Amino acid sequence: MRAFTAFISGSLFGIGLLFSGMTDTSKVQGWLDVFGDWDPTLAFVMGGAIVPMFLAWKYSQGRKPIFGNKFPAPPSSDINRDLIVGSVLFGMGWGLAGLCPGPAIASISFGKSQGALFVLAMIFGMWLAPNIKTLFPNKISSI
Amino acid sequence: MQTDWIMGLTGGFAIGLAASFYLLTNGKVMGASGIIGGLVDKSGWSTARDRIVFLAGLVVAPMVCIMVLDIPAKTNATTNAIVLILAGLMVGIGTRLANGCTSGHGVCGISRLSLRGISSTIFYIIAGIITVLVFRHAWGII
Repeated sequence: MRAFTAFISGSLFGIGLLFSGMTDTSKVQGWLDVFGDWDPTLAFVMGGAIVPMFLAWKYSQGRKPIFGNKFPAPPSSDINRDLIVGSVLFGMGWGLAGLCPGPAIASISFGKSQGALFVLAMIFGMWLAPNIKTLFPNKISSI
Repeated sequence: MQTDWIMGLTGGFAIGLAASFYLLTNGKVMGASGIIGGLVDKSGWSTARDRIVFLAGLVVAPMVCIMVLDIPAKTNATTNAIVLILAGLMVGIGTRLANGCTSGHGVCGISRLSLRGISSTIFYIIAGIITVLVFRHAWGII
């Protein structure tokens, strides 16, 4: 059952990304282009997604998932170096190509060789990440 | 187009429903980088089956939509291979260091008022804005 519900979630996620325009890199870069021809679409996508998810988190309180043991632990508030460096790196890559992990995968069937190249580089980066963490241990756990 | 925001809101709602469904059924945060990254660095191999079928749905559903509804879908991505490889590497390393991306920190984090999710989203949006400013308007590469 968990595999089936995961498949439904992934499918609905992909359909939402396609129809919202988030698989179109020009719309994502347009949202980041606040000093040029700004495109506000991404704000509507975020808003539309956050409202049902806010209700889902509220509903989850004091309950158990249907096909799981427990809900994720309350979020940590540890704003550490990895979070900041990682988010800045991610934002730079996101701005450069107009692709983030979800839309990159969702558009792989029609993203031609550009999409495939981005996804391969992304997967390689994900494989490198733990080694980078070992290379530069996070001495100061939080700032 | 003037209908873009309606499509954005509707598509966004579908993304939110997907994340809600994933949370309430499987008890997991729907974060794309975490779902892929857990397979890449083996940290999520105990739930590999769920991750693989999630990604299968993510690939197949848009493909079927495009074929059935005959939508002219394109990503308009740059053809500059160096830019694509650099961007991919930064997205891959960055999302794993930060432990989340637009879906995990953005959609799922902000909606539960997570300080980490909100902070990460602010950092990656500012970094993205500066990157587009420099690479598009100053250097004209993208």
